[in-house]
Amino acid sequence: MFILGVDTATSVAGAAVIEEDRLISERFVNNLKTHSENIIPMIKQVMDDAGIKPDHLHAIAVTGGPGSFTGLRIGMSVAKTMGQVLNIPVIAISTLRMLAWNVYGVNGIICPVLDARRNQVYTAVYRSAPGDFEELLNPAALEIDRLVSGLMQFDEGVTFVGDGIPVFGPFLKERLGEKAHFGTLINSRPRAAAAAELGLAKLKAGRLPDPMFLQPVYLRKSEAELTWEKKHGS
Amino acid sequence: MKGVDTVSGQVVILGIETSCDETSAAVVADGRTTLSNIISSQVPVHQKFGGVVPEIASRKHVELVNSVIQEALNEAKVTFRDLSAVAVTYGPGLVGALLVGVSSAKAAAYSLDLPLIGVNHIESHIYANFLAKPDLELPVICLVVSGGHTDLVYIENHGNFRLLGQTRDDAAGEAFDKIARAIGLGYPGGPLIDRLAMEGDPEIVDFPRAYLESGSFDFSFSGLKSFALNYLNRVSMTGGEVNKADFAAGFQKAVVDVLVDKTLAAASEYKVRDILLAGGVAANSRLRKEILCRAGGMGLRVTYPDPVFCTDNAAMVACAGYYKYRRGEFAPLTLNAVPGLKLGADKY
Repeated sequence: MFILGVDTATSVAGAAVIEEDRLISERFVNNLKTHSENIIPMIKQVMDDAGIKPDHLHAIAVTGGPGSFTGLRIGMSVAKTMGQVLNIPVIAISTLRMLAWNVYGVNGIICPVLDARRNQVYTAVYRSAPGDFEELLNPAALEIDRLVSGLMQFDEGVTFVGDGIPVFGPFLKERLGEKAHFGTLINSRPRAAAAAELGLAKLKAGRLPDPMFLQPVYLRKSEAELTWEKKHGS
Repeated sequence: MKGVDTVSGQVVILGIETSCDETSAAVVADGRTTLSNIISSQVPVHQKFGGVVPEIASRKHVELVNSVIQEALNEAKVTFRDLSAVAVTYGPGLVGALLVGVSSAKAAAYSLDLPLIGVNHIESHIYANFLAKPDLELPVICLVVSGGHTDLVYIENHGNFRLLGQTRDDAAGEAFDKIARAIGLGYPGGPLIDRLAMEGDPEIVDFPRAYLESGSFDFSFSGLKSFALNYLNRVSMTGGEVNKADFAAGFQKAVVDVLVDKTLAAASEYKVRDILLAGGVAANSRLRKEILCRAGGMGLRVTYPDPVFCTDNAAMVACAGYYKYRRGEFAPLTLNAVPGLKLGADKY
């Protein structure tokens, strides 16, 4: 069974092919080129490296959000359309869960942080459990201060991963002291292989939603809607 | 509608259009037979904001694009395997909106190992005329008028476009929208002014017409718009009341006169026998009547698309794509959205 993983949720673009218990090929770029230009040629490359054609795929896993609105839509449009053409399932995997998967098994809790601007992060809190995670905080867009107060309640170490680290790392270190640990270059960005691996697990568990109307989870409304609601009430 | 068995041997193109606020997909055979043309309009979604919100439009596109494609295939009674190529609008337009269509089209082309064709949105509006009349002979002069564009184009042969003139400020459709709002008609303004003007006398208010320097094929509607807004102000300040129908009729005639005069002048200068209209404002009844009447007097023929092909739709994208298919102008899988794409300046 071959699964293609696709990720364009943050400044990273990634593609990977896994076959059951083997990661066969993976590409990762964070080269400031647009995802639109990068992603299909990257998919073609990992497929070629795996020696398979699109017809051989059994499912496509894609970053489901949160992340850059435009980035999420590029990945989602690609994954949904490939799934539609090839008539195979499309599985959306939370960007935050994918990031946590990079450090699965560490002691304490795991807190992915994506820079959401305006002093906010897209975040969630996980603890490793057998084969999966226990979700201690659902994905949300939070003020960094509110996240820190929440994390203070846990009497254990916190491992941060995600592109929020360069922005908020010093602040988190200052507030949480010795409890704060930070991911490294190789595990602090989303990996398409993680989407594929988590997608495979979801596929095996069954109960997948219809991919036809699949949408990214943005965790934030558009500016225009927020302004309108401020004026008229929601 | 033709079935799948009659399609074999033909060039069958899937067109995808997401440049603004319509999500559309269509299947067109040989650039002339529209097997399906599904348009999902977002107008109601944007209405409360008084115009198109790019982020909301993009979100809607990603939600709807696949079901719209599926409906287009189903109605055409074809499957993905029957397609010869995938054509998509890659500019000009809203970048986030364009990217949804471009990403989908590239994914389909790669998965099916089919040629990918990137289409300029303005070019596709022009090609809506070839859906109506595939045997149209070139060269022609085409007036492209919509909410975003007012372009006068000379087309010598397929794929060879020369922009003779364009608006220096507001697009014609934009002027219609602004004036409609000023007299409380709502959005989108073009069709509403068209309807109201039918009951009015265009000679009551003397609107100015901007012809710019002699020989220029450029347009300008900002002076006309300012005059209209000042006129409304002046009347309301002196406690008078504007007859909206007369006002709409006069405004519309001022816009149409300039559009028609310049188009006919271009037709004479370039010695063409055919004139095409394209874009949303090409559905305006006064424009159609006026240009038909005056061009007829000069021995020129006028072609315009059915109203459904004047709005943004994917059948015209598939049609324009067909002519590029015949010329072998295929796009690489790195094709990107180009929000400011110029006519005749393909970015691949």
